[in-house]
Amino acid sequence: MTDQTAYNFAYLDEQTKRMIRRAILKGVAIPGYQVPFASREMPMPYGWGTGGVQVTAACLVPEDRLKVIDQGADDTTNAVSIRRFFQRTAGVAVTEATAEASVIQTRHRIPETPLTEGQILVYQVPIPEPLRFLEPRETETRKMHELEDYGLMHVKLYEDISRHGQIATAYDYPVKVEGRYVMDPSPIPKFDNPKLGGNAAIQLFGAGREQRIYALPPYTQAISLDFDDYPFAASKADHACDLCAAPDSYLDEVITDDQGSRMFVCSDTDFCASRRAAGHSGPMGTPSAGADEE
Amino acid sequence: MTPEALLGGFTDAPRQSARAFRAALEAMARPGTVWAVDGATPPAPLSVAAGVLILTLCDGTTPLHLGRSYDLPVVRDWVTFHTGAPLVAAKDAHFACGTWADLMPVDRFAIGLPDYPDRAATLIVEMPALTTQGQRLTGPGIATAAHLGLPETAAFRANRALFPQGFDTYLTCGDQVAGLPRSTIVEAV
Amino acid sequence: MYVAVKGGEKAIDAAHAWLAEERRGDTSVAELSVAQIRQQLTLAVNRVMAEGSLYDPDLAALAIKQARGDLIEAIFLIRAYRTTLPRLGVSTPVETAQMAVCRRISATFKDLPGGQILGPTFDYTHRLLDFKLAAEGEVPAAPTAPAGQDAVPHVTTMLNRDGLIQTEAEGNATPPDLTREPMELPTSRPLRLQAITRGDEGFILSMAYSTQRGYGRTHAFVGELRIGTVAVEMDIPELGFSVEIGEVELTECETVNQFKGSKTEPPQFTRGYGLVFGQTERKAIAMSLVDRALRWKELGEDNTGAPAQDEEFVLMHADNIQATGFLEHIKLPHYVDFQAELELVRKLRREALAQAEAAE
Repeated sequence: MTDQTAYNFAYLDEQTKRMIRRAILKGVAIPGYQVPFASREMPMPYGWGTGGVQVTAACLVPEDRLKVIDQGADDTTNAVSIRRFFQRTAGVAVTEATAEASVIQTRHRIPETPLTEGQILVYQVPIPEPLRFLEPRETETRKMHELEDYGLMHVKLYEDISRHGQIATAYDYPVKVEGRYVMDPSPIPKFDNPKLGGNAAIQLFGAGREQRIYALPPYTQAISLDFDDYPFAASKADHACDLCAAPDSYLDEVITDDQGSRMFVCSDTDFCASRRAAGHSGPMGTPSAGADEE
Repeated sequence: MTPEALLGGFTDAPRQSARAFRAALEAMARPGTVWAVDGATPPAPLSVAAGVLILTLCDGTTPLHLGRSYDLPVVRDWVTFHTGAPLVAAKDAHFACGTWADLMPVDRFAIGLPDYPDRAATLIVEMPALTTQGQRLTGPGIATAAHLGLPETAAFRANRALFPQGFDTYLTCGDQVAGLPRSTIVEAV
Repeated sequence: MYVAVKGGEKAIDAAHAWLAEERRGDTSVAELSVAQIRQQLTLAVNRVMAEGSLYDPDLAALAIKQARGDLIEAIFLIRAYRTTLPRLGVSTPVETAQMAVCRRISATFKDLPGGQILGPTFDYTHRLLDFKLAAEGEVPAAPTAPAGQDAVPHVTTMLNRDGLIQTEAEGNATPPDLTREPMELPTSRPLRLQAITRGDEGFILSMAYSTQRGYGRTHAFVGELRIGTVAVEMDIPELGFSVEIGEVELTECETVNQFKGSKTEPPQFTRGYGLVFGQTERKAIAMSLVDRALRWKELGEDNTGAPAQDEEFVLMHADNIQATGFLEHIKLPHYVDFQAELELVRKLRREALAQAEAAE
């Protein structure tokens, strides 16, 4: 018996998928609001993408081409593991090319290549509640969302400014959606925040352990919280990619020896490889993507 | 149970419902776009699209309200046999299906709670025609503006005024479906 | 020339192969059978069934073998398997008053109808390593006695007769299922009990212990602890009566707690309740203490701010599969977040140093 006949298409049973699908649709109808859902126990640990996996499983069709990234990379072990799970249980085609993918499951990054209509970006979310670290109680934070009482968040950001001269949040930076709900964009670097709003793709967020699903439909307004005199600024390492010379991509810092030498490379492996294939080359790269092979 | 109630369901539910959901998702995420669905042949007066949505989204945990002209033995039997959804009055419904006239007044339907706005009804409104001409739509899911022929304007404007509470709507005709979430701002043209 | 780390797939395959080899251990030592685990590591099997929420000793034993004896990992395997099982029906409530007991003790009465039955307990063993077991574990058969014919009524039922203990409302309502519905707070006692019975034994134990040390003290006595098997029955609508479909071993604990009365209630005893799959008495006792502590609101007691009185705190942190997943996920790559922090800290340092210099 193959895996595909041993399990239902995309692993989950139909009733579970219906329950998740209903939650996704309500999430789409109320952008930024966290819809509770009866998250199932998946054959992978909580905290490793069970929410994203359930959302992806509920969305996949046999014709899909799936891309899975972790930290922007297709080849990180957890991305490999999740991609393999869907190859086995849904038999879908997979790809590393952002532009070719119809569904992209991600942890901690939004791809550099702009997404297009017809694509779905599924985020793995550890803590969906943007107010959680200010107020640990669900009973309290639910009230705050109901009353649109986000004063606590502004106080926190303001305290940052008075202490550090700036907002000291570098990732997982909250956004306000369509002027209503404050939303946690998952731990993406704030560099990626500007891509949340006005995106052509459907963005779905799944938090398995915390049993929440939320969504940003295409072209939805998502504004990073800030103050008039301390405006939000996306930031990244002040370098170009050492492999593909991209000046504007988010970079990983890699320590190359024990003498403090380091290099900066694109965190988005597909973006970097495509640029090199197109002939771009940084100080430590070669124009051929083939050089990146094992 | 009428014999025809046993027919017309999905023959390959996992794949057919997956494709149908994708269309339903795109429709709800992009108000003003129209999507074709297939896989079900429900008894009249249910359209293919309404039948597919019911099969894809409803089950024993989602009470369904049938509008007056849809509350027929053959429809009741079909829904019960294929989904197990309890058939209920408008106020208790998670889903409702019928013509706009059937479903009026729509303030009977659940709009969710202030702290749980998701606990709101989804209406499946059967339309004589589904066109991308008509009322002007703006809001999430729409780049600038879109158009969709809606049965009326005032009810959807009143619904939008309840945001984040409010019901959500699918419009169906034949094998076509369009979505109108509560977040959409509807204007007469 | 820098080469990016690749080959995640190969690494995963190799890791799994190595893991399988380690699980097997030295092949010159006989392989452990699932039957041996089931028969000889029963208490581990019981814990896996209880926290895995699935009564199947063979599968629990298999999970323990596959998990190399890591019980949380074994519980995880059972939970993931359990989720895929269809729900064929719902049993009627088990009648623990009809339990065929192998152990039954009360701390509140010296003797009582049905008697005190010590049963197979570690209680009065001297905890001395038994080196004989290192050689061979064959033991002489234990003496037997005929099973008592009398019913073994609950201690609390006897107290109830005199109105000395709070009566618990009976009902036929179907309890909520926390594996099928998202948890909504505040919740109900049936849901709390469900969460605690599958909660981590260590966590529930510590929570219970904290109430004994004064953090939400409830003055608990073990009114009764009983272990044994009960019949599981299911109503078959076509037949018009219920049919016994099997039996399960359970541990049940009811505590009797001092209660001085409140504005609405006269002084009387109250109870905490624990019911757990298998012989799992530490868990059952702990469960009943935590249950009682969480009942402060319905009994009109003060919230002293003790952790064990805090429903959200207890329920959101009792599940070891959730906890271990989230705890261990921090070993996954976080270099994107870390890079963002790195940039921020560098920037803050730069500015702080510049300010310090300017001040000099």
